[in-house]
Amino acid sequence: MKQIPLGIITLIAGILITLISLWVGQNNHLLPVQASAQAPLVDNFFNVMVAIGTALFLVVQGAILFSVIKFRRRRGDNGDALPIEGSFPLEILWTIIPGIIVIGLGVYSVDVYTEMGGMDEIGHHGMTHESMMAQPKSNPIGIGSTPATEGKPPSLVVNVTGMQYAWLFNYPDSDVNTGELHVPIGQDVLLNISANDVIHSFWVPQFRLKQDAIPGQPTQLRFTATKTGTYPIVCAELCGGYHGSMRTSVVVHTPEDYDRWLTENRVAQQPEMDQTVAVNP
Amino acid sequence: MTQLETPKTTAVVTHHEVPQKWKWYDYFTFNIDHKVIGIQYLVTAFIFYLIGGLMAMAIRIELNTPDADFLDPNLYNAFMTNHGTLMIFMWIVPAAIGGFGNFLIPLMVGARDMAFPKLNAIAFWLNPPAGALLLGSFFFGGSQSGWTAYPPLSLITANTAQSMWILAIVLVGTSSILGALNFVVTILKMKVPSMQWTQMPLFCWAILATSVLALLSTPVLAAGLVLLLFDINFGTSFFKPDAGGNVVLYQHLFWFYSHPAVYLMILPIFGIMSEVIPVHARKPIFGYKAIAYSSLAICIIGLFVWVHHMFTSGTPPWMRMFFTISTLIVAVPTGVKIFGWVATLWGGKIRFTSAMLFAIGLLSMFVVGGLGGVTLGTAPFDIHVHDTYYVVGHFHYVLFGGSVFGIYAGIYHWFPKMTGRMMNETWGRVHFALTFVGTHLTFLPMHQLGLQGMPRRVAMYDPQFAGINHLCTIGAMILGISVIPFFLNAIWSWMNGPKASDNPWEALTLEWTTTSPPAIENWEVLPVVTHGPYDYGRSDEGKPTAQTAASV
Repeated sequence: MKQIPLGIITLIAGILITLISLWVGQNNHLLPVQASAQAPLVDNFFNVMVAIGTALFLVVQGAILFSVIKFRRRRGDNGDALPIEGSFPLEILWTIIPGIIVIGLGVYSVDVYTEMGGMDEIGHHGMTHESMMAQPKSNPIGIGSTPATEGKPPSLVVNVTGMQYAWLFNYPDSDVNTGELHVPIGQDVLLNISANDVIHSFWVPQFRLKQDAIPGQPTQLRFTATKTGTYPIVCAELCGGYHGSMRTSVVVHTPEDYDRWLTENRVAQQPEMDQTVAVNP
Repeated sequence: MTQLETPKTTAVVTHHEVPQKWKWYDYFTFNIDHKVIGIQYLVTAFIFYLIGGLMAMAIRIELNTPDADFLDPNLYNAFMTNHGTLMIFMWIVPAAIGGFGNFLIPLMVGARDMAFPKLNAIAFWLNPPAGALLLGSFFFGGSQSGWTAYPPLSLITANTAQSMWILAIVLVGTSSILGALNFVVTILKMKVPSMQWTQMPLFCWAILATSVLALLSTPVLAAGLVLLLFDINFGTSFFKPDAGGNVVLYQHLFWFYSHPAVYLMILPIFGIMSEVIPVHARKPIFGYKAIAYSSLAICIIGLFVWVHHMFTSGTPPWMRMFFTISTLIVAVPTGVKIFGWVATLWGGKIRFTSAMLFAIGLLSMFVVGGLGGVTLGTAPFDIHVHDTYYVVGHFHYVLFGGSVFGIYAGIYHWFPKMTGRMMNETWGRVHFALTFVGTHLTFLPMHQLGLQGMPRRVAMYDPQFAGINHLCTIGAMILGISVIPFFLNAIWSWMNGPKASDNPWEALTLEWTTTSPPAIENWEVLPVVTHGPYDYGRSDEGKPTAQTAASV
């Protein structure tokens, strides 16, 4: 029986690896629910990287496994192997292919980052005059307006303050202070983030968004929630002993629910506005 | 292929009064022999590895359940901080650069000692007080602000302990600078004249690149830490935001060293890989020049990637993009090395010694770690997983699956040369199997934890993550147990192991041409290099087998 030519085997292996990688890239289910406009952008990018990573993993690990099985020393063979020192075309190939892959990923990541609003340099659309005066040092840094919302004011601005070990949310337009973030679905929300004591980091895994709250440096996050529900807000930057317990929630409401929540809290907080800061359950 | 001859050019050393072997107590003195210093570095580093490992066990026991029910949260942070600090500054860096570098570099380039032997001893003796400071800081609460020590947190928690931590890091930083200087001069100036640059073992290229990197980056860390020390103790406000300081500036200073520190930890290991794999695969290394130049490329590009640790902090957008691209590009020279090693295995006659098992294990671990690293290098995805267990999983794949496996491979490979005795191979295999399983079980599930939303450096976490954390803890216990066969094997073999010949692996680099353990001053007559370090499978003519190299 004749042997199958090496080229055919390589071709079949290549097709199989490609199919497996594409499938893993689309079906890895590694990430939590998508709840913001940014989340699908990040996830698609991640899935592309998973597909490429799976292919590289299979090729390299396959080569390692194949070698340790096929090229193990046979009993009684104490000689050396054939002295192959290198192959210039092969080395060029495995320098250029990863080079193309990483530059492609780099370009793609810039694209995703721009779509997310990361390239917004001006980034002070939502700043109230008070906060501009309180933080005169520099413009906020973080995720700002996307190309679609460029130049438009956000529909809701919330001032977020991190402190050991809680988040405070202040709604400047309606004088509501809470310990839990409430936002309406489908609206362009801008968070102005600051920190009172040490660095904290505001993270909503379901939004795929994270931004440090830095003492002395205003930061921002601008996003649109796309799925109603309650999601965790996690502090991701070590902020002291009870860092792990610095957790709260973001509630994404339907517009009607949000209005109801806002009205209730505005009324509830009116009498004691000057005494308490943020104790809404 | 290298070979000892007795040509007219070599100087015959006469040192009849000097003993040919060091006694055990010489290892506890201010000895200036590079081999003694190398072993001092290694033994000290392994002691700190055990201490740091016990801290890791405590951390994993705490994380077995979602509540902080085993350690007080502040003590947890002190353990977490000092685990990281010890493992990086007192274990991997001293073992890989100080230990292997000192023992091997003069032997590999055919020198009798390092260029500045006394400086070398000073560099080592800065380490024990640094370790003592770190451990002593626990009497003052322990530094609790993470190994990154970001202000303002580091300015307000456990000030005395934090100051001790800073002094410890400045001490090891000084040690690192002195050591690096010594390596550069030794490699550039003391290489035997008969050795061409392209005949220098790849470990030497790796140490050269490492040393250049250490010389360029370490002073910046020292500067940042000294400013932090002033802020804590002397009322300055470099990093105090309410007094005009800038907290992000510290992060730049810190990461300008501490990202290259990753390469300080991995480049020497890459060097070890390039020595171990050809010997045990009985093949020349594939693409010598590509591997040598890729070390230098990693050294240079590695200096321009530090901002990828700061994608979610106060960095302007252009910087995030520039550092995304530069970070991704580091993957190219790293890939060149990995492909080179795989190609060295391909078509070889692989001997599955313990050293080779760890080297192959490293290779497969590093592929996972490297792919995870590429994903982390891209700003949009990094924003989601920054400061989460995804990062913890990734860097343990690189630093445990990479560096620690490399150190083990190096120990199994050079133990006969260092001690004159063989290690037990069966126990070596047991050690490898436990370590390999433990590493995957501990660190692979962590990627999932991070993607799903668990931040790092927490003593208490959302109960939904309890299942995966339990798995990680079981893995960590296996890892903890895995060091037992290794340590018993190493100690027992050192005292009672079978005597090693001068060249038990039939290797071709210069260190195998002297006795095991090498005599003081390394050679009676300096060796002359006649062939390259990886000429396996060439004609047998003049090839030094274990016997001939020893007898000449």
